[in-house]
Amino acid sequence: MAESRVAVAKTYKIYIGGKFPRTESGRYTTLRDKKGDVIANVCHGSRKDYRNAVVAARKAQPGWAAASAYLRGQILYRIAEMLEGRREQFISELILQGATSTAARKETDAAIDRLIYYAGWADKYQQIFSAVNPVASSHFNFSVLEPMGVVSILAPEESGLLGLVSNIAPVIAGGNTCVVLASEGKPLSAISFAEVLHASDVPAGVVNLLTGVHDELRGQFASHMDVNAVIYCDGGRAAGRAIQEAAADNIKRVVARDRSDWSKIEQQNPYLIRDTQEVKTTWHPIGS
Amino acid sequence: MSRSDNKLAFDGGWDYSPAPESTDHIDIAARYQLFIGGEFVKPESGKYFDSINPATEEKLARVADANEADVDKAVKAAREGYRVWSRMKPAERGKYIFRIARIMQERAREFAVIESLDGGKPIRESRDIDVPLAAAHFFYYAGWADKLEYAFPGRKARPLGVAGQIIPWNFPLLMAAWKLAPALACGNTVVLKPAETTPLTAMKLAEVIADAGLPPGVVNIVTGAGKTGAALVEHPGIDKVAFTGSTAVGRMIQKKLAGTNKKYTLELGGKAANIVFADAAIDQAVEGIVNGIFFNQGHVCCAGSRLLVQESVAEQVIDRLKDRMQTLRVGDPLDKNTDIGAINSKMQLEKIQSYLKIGKQEGGEMFQSNGRVPKKGYWCRPTIFSGVSQSSRVVQEEIFGPVLAIQTFRTFDEAVAKANNTPYGLSGGVWTDKGAKIFKMTQAMRAGVIWANTFNKFDPASPFGGYKESGVGREGGLHGLDAYVKLGAV
Repeated sequence: MAESRVAVAKTYKIYIGGKFPRTESGRYTTLRDKKGDVIANVCHGSRKDYRNAVVAARKAQPGWAAASAYLRGQILYRIAEMLEGRREQFISELILQGATSTAARKETDAAIDRLIYYAGWADKYQQIFSAVNPVASSHFNFSVLEPMGVVSILAPEESGLLGLVSNIAPVIAGGNTCVVLASEGKPLSAISFAEVLHASDVPAGVVNLLTGVHDELRGQFASHMDVNAVIYCDGGRAAGRAIQEAAADNIKRVVARDRSDWSKIEQQNPYLIRDTQEVKTTWHPIGS
Repeated sequence: MSRSDNKLAFDGGWDYSPAPESTDHIDIAARYQLFIGGEFVKPESGKYFDSINPATEEKLARVADANEADVDKAVKAAREGYRVWSRMKPAERGKYIFRIARIMQERAREFAVIESLDGGKPIRESRDIDVPLAAAHFFYYAGWADKLEYAFPGRKARPLGVAGQIIPWNFPLLMAAWKLAPALACGNTVVLKPAETTPLTAMKLAEVIADAGLPPGVVNIVTGAGKTGAALVEHPGIDKVAFTGSTAVGRMIQKKLAGTNKKYTLELGGKAANIVFADAAIDQAVEGIVNGIFFNQGHVCCAGSRLLVQESVAEQVIDRLKDRMQTLRVGDPLDKNTDIGAINSKMQLEKIQSYLKIGKQEGGEMFQSNGRVPKKGYWCRPTIFSGVSQSSRVVQEEIFGPVLAIQTFRTFDEAVAKANNTPYGLSGGVWTDKGAKIFKMTQAMRAGVIWANTFNKFDPASPFGGYKESGVGREGGLHGLDAYVKLGAV
């Protein structure tokens, strides 16, 4: 007997300040499967969406940075739990976007494990990268890491879920908030991941996710004066050059992660957390 | 009885007999060449410029003006040197750097006098701070050369190659040490460009490096102005740029390097807030304010150039600050009693004077000490502006002179908001006797170096560098190694 029930399709929206608005621009991109059938009309995000997202990220930043490392770790772990619970959904979404079922399964599992990995780092990287400095004068002197602030992330094109998670996790583990532009060709996992974040006690504005065209938004991601760092993953030499040039307007920190193979275990390490940290050194006299 | 009734007469009555440091042991050549490939060579440009003593406006020496061809030669020499230096046993590399530290210590007096002659800073500072710290920097990083595997857990550190380093005129020798020591320890070779107004101690350092027997090309020094620096930044043969200077130039460099694979670290401008709470030890705080802004004529990127003082003690603090300013002696940098030496150059003096005008136009109330200053030379009396607002240019912009902008605050949150409200984030200060308040404030300030109940302290083991538009990367300490290595799998 033929299936009689009509499936309910999801509207894929963007994620800003803990809410799921449509793009303010009203634009959309139609995503089709191999057969040419419509999968979804994905938001074609605008520069105005990006500016709104930066405002939300800036607002959320002090609170997230002030959250205890233990709490940040627990929230990252919670994200992994939620993702594990929706494992089948993410696998089928990856298949829908062209992955084989083996590849989809592998990518989803790796994304979950990567979140667990960084959940564990949240209250440890400080101990690896901080220092008490033996200065010659009579002062107590120490250096600690502090989050850079608001980080914009141009997510990898090929690895729609794992690449996304691999870039977000170290940034938020370290107390930054972020605005992320999802993979252009495989944007669905990002929006479903936003739903996972939404259900994981991640405070509103800590992660903001946009879908859209990289060529259109790249410049804005790099140049925004209230963003402290930009991470980019593809785009080639010309895009890298444009990003670095625009970033100089406010001496923005630029992290290039060109064409990394995110499935490799070497692509997870605490130096990725350190990439979006500042070193603060404090002096105090020792005396009576 | 009010304080003014029993006030000492600070102005005028405190003259000391002159106590000048002698210069007869100093040997300054008439001409300085470029130091390339281990030799002192004439510039391809054929040109020389004058290095002036800013305290007398007299010429000290003629110094080679390196052009693109000279920079190219230096980069090639550094590439040659890299073959030897990067393959040398790290422990041996370290021993060469230790040698530099030792020879500098031996020649400390000479370095101090030349530093004061060429740059105008008081001999007390060049003798007690610049030169010993420079030697200590080499000593500190020398020891890292064979211990890098302990600095980067889980990673193998490799040198970057040839580093182009551009340093400013405010701490000429010390900045050379900050740049050279970690670069060399990590196995890089260097082309260093000193500032055009203060090249002499760098050329003396070249002598030390030659005496220490470093292989040719490991350190190359090219003197010149902005064009020489630009040629170095743009040279395709370098792998890394390390720059200390203004944010405007730093931004240009970051843009220039876009699309190249060159790594960079930038130490740029600052406008540090020095925050004094009502519960601070006021006399100590006043000393800290003085040291914060008048140290090295205020030619300090991390200077405490903004005083934020809690309203309830503002009058008292400003009163005592004015008294203290009257005791500061402005004059001959070589006099051991001098507190404030000469402004580094005519250009810088004009810039400072333009800000004094701006401050007054903006409605600020200006106060300057009224001691004598010499007739010849470039001088600026210690200056404060009160009654300025957050949007005043003298509050927002780096003046790089002995000029302090004073604002008041009532609450902790107001102090934080004002302190962080500039594009800069290099340093900051906080004065209070309450430990919990210190930690709360040092965490809230968005800056790379925070001095609590002290100010303007430096040490080779202590990382230095800014947040926001004050730069990228750190110099000094364990964290300073990062600027000169690439990290890979073990």
